[in-house]
Amino acid sequence: MNLRETDSGAEILYSGHSACPGCGAALAVRYFSRALGPDIVMVITACCWSIIAGGPPLTTLKCPILHCPFPSAASVGSGVKRGLEQKGNRDTTVVVLAGDGGTFDIGLQALSGAAQRNEDFIFVCYDNEAYMNTGMQTSSATPYGCHTNTLPLPRTKERQKKEIMRIMAAHGIPYAATATVAFPDDLAQKFVKARGIKGFRFFHLLIPCPPGWGAESDETIRLSRLAVESCLFPLYEIRDGITVELTYRPPQKAPLEEYLALQRRFSGLERWQVEALQHSVDRDWERLLQQGEGAAPF
Amino acid sequence: MPVEMITGSQAAATAVQRAGVDLVVAYPITPQTAIVETLAEYWARGELGGEYVNAESEYASLAYCSGAASAGARTFTATSSHGLAYMHEMIHWCAGARHPIVLANVNRAMGAPWCLEPDQIDSLSQRDTGWIQLYCANAQEVFDTILQAFALAESVLLPCMVVFDGFYVSHTYEAVDIPPRDTVARFLGPSCFAAQVDPGRPANLHGLIGAEAQSRLVLSRHRAMERVWETLREINDRFAALFGRSYPAVEGVACEGAKTLLVTAGSCAETIKSVLPALDGTGLLRLKAVRPFPARELRTRVEASGAETVIVVDRNCSPGLGGILAQEVKAALYGAAAAPPVQNLILAGGVDLTPWMLKRILDGSLFTGGGGPDREVWGVDLA
Repeated sequence: MNLRETDSGAEILYSGHSACPGCGAALAVRYFSRALGPDIVMVITACCWSIIAGGPPLTTLKCPILHCPFPSAASVGSGVKRGLEQKGNRDTTVVVLAGDGGTFDIGLQALSGAAQRNEDFIFVCYDNEAYMNTGMQTSSATPYGCHTNTLPLPRTKERQKKEIMRIMAAHGIPYAATATVAFPDDLAQKFVKARGIKGFRFFHLLIPCPPGWGAESDETIRLSRLAVESCLFPLYEIRDGITVELTYRPPQKAPLEEYLALQRRFSGLERWQVEALQHSVDRDWERLLQQGEGAAPF
Repeated sequence: MPVEMITGSQAAATAVQRAGVDLVVAYPITPQTAIVETLAEYWARGELGGEYVNAESEYASLAYCSGAASAGARTFTATSSHGLAYMHEMIHWCAGARHPIVLANVNRAMGAPWCLEPDQIDSLSQRDTGWIQLYCANAQEVFDTILQAFALAESVLLPCMVVFDGFYVSHTYEAVDIPPRDTVARFLGPSCFAAQVDPGRPANLHGLIGAEAQSRLVLSRHRAMERVWETLREINDRFAALFGRSYPAVEGVACEGAKTLLVTAGSCAETIKSVLPALDGTGLLRLKAVRPFPARELRTRVEASGAETVIVVDRNCSPGLGGILAQEVKAALYGAAAAPPVQNLILAGGVDLTPWMLKRILDGSLFTGGGGPDREVWGVDLA
């Protein structure tokens, strides 16, 4: 399958949006909204997309956008879907869009509640690994060894990133998948698949943020690709919280150094920390490879 | 019409069922729990009509209602005390988004420490959020007010909080006249307010705006609050024609020629009414609406009565200022010709107002009338 096959032909993202140059979040929304087609409602919690969406009455998306408070995304999304159904609309796909803060941190309770109830919508976490809309502050998705404006040098993050996919798999939801912008076919294909599934669907999208990560704005795709090729961010999907399937297997595992060296947020890393990070990437990758059809994840 | 012996909580739940609600979102908290349990029973028997969802928090309950109301659904949730406080962000948001959600709040004190008694500080702490607040004194009024609240909220597009005291109203069995669903439907049809989320129609709802645009929106909510008076009168007229009962924003009892006027909200009014016949020269003004605040009507009533003293009974306290309703009453009377002093009986913590306490207050030894200074007395000191 390729983009031409998964593409609905509908361009949901208008040109002239206000994302930063090289923003992976704008690309991701463009790819997945084209895959889902025009009959969608986008529920957006406090995140970079609160700004990218534009100031009313202007709008960046050719679909209804409903903004909501930071911790409420999954609850509001649940309500929109249920309200549409009560009013006789069973077809429209409700998509909730949240950053890593709105997913891993302040939005986690609502996310867990909606997932446990198997609410019928798609939750998209676009993870740029820090509070980027407020200017790069630490979240629980910020990786080990990274420094931020609330964890400045000489300090760096001492704890690992929260494993959101394991948390979501533990809810036994019908579908959960990872995707990133350097693999648009893979991303679009997964959204088309998710659209056909009823119940709670979760996406973890790794989204390079050039200003936040301290990278050049033309490095977004390269960073996204390196994260996957180094097995730092594997591409896979989980059905019913049980069946894990890799959707892309790097022909050769790329070393982590190249990925890290492109980003100033990792400039405080010592040699031993790079090795520690490489070790955890290798461990997680091996663990993922051990998951066969029908096996419990992780 | 069938009269049943039910609690205030059961009255609330039955009214929601009769209202033909699209969605109930539930989370338990004492003393509210019986409301969502009764609604769950309706739902389990297939008699609710709409959907029923168990949320993972009060915050989620109101956020869920907010999403569904965006799609044009009639929604209800209920809470109390810490639950209402936990909703606070969504309380503001739902008013700003103009969602006509109806929420029942059963008054309970706020911790620390834990206290389940019916202090009204929980709902009064939310008075600046842009919700209509209607206070009820008994189970019948709870039933009737919930029906009226849906009609009112959907007419002026503001969320409405129906408030009543924990235990005194929520857990007390009273005779309640419960009209059947088809009769209620003559008062309240299915929800027909416009959905904000309309698939196929692009719109950027509640996105980032500047100060001037925000100011205009706050003003429009303020104006919508002013429209409540006329709308509530119309609703009461229709309600009275069908059911023979009505609830004005300010209820006056024996005010004409009264030397002393007692002012309160909630079930304290029931105690006061029961002893008024034995209290010469005393009248009652009960605040049904606290938001919008019926300042003009209150002032007119006080002026017309010629009362020498107003005593506000507050089952709450804003530490550092005093009883909240007393402050609102003072503001309403500011500049009135010969405005009487406003004394304040504070029953913070949910202290019960007893007939004996009333008698002690009114025998003149605690509050001086006729132009004396404003005073406050705490109910707990009167034992």
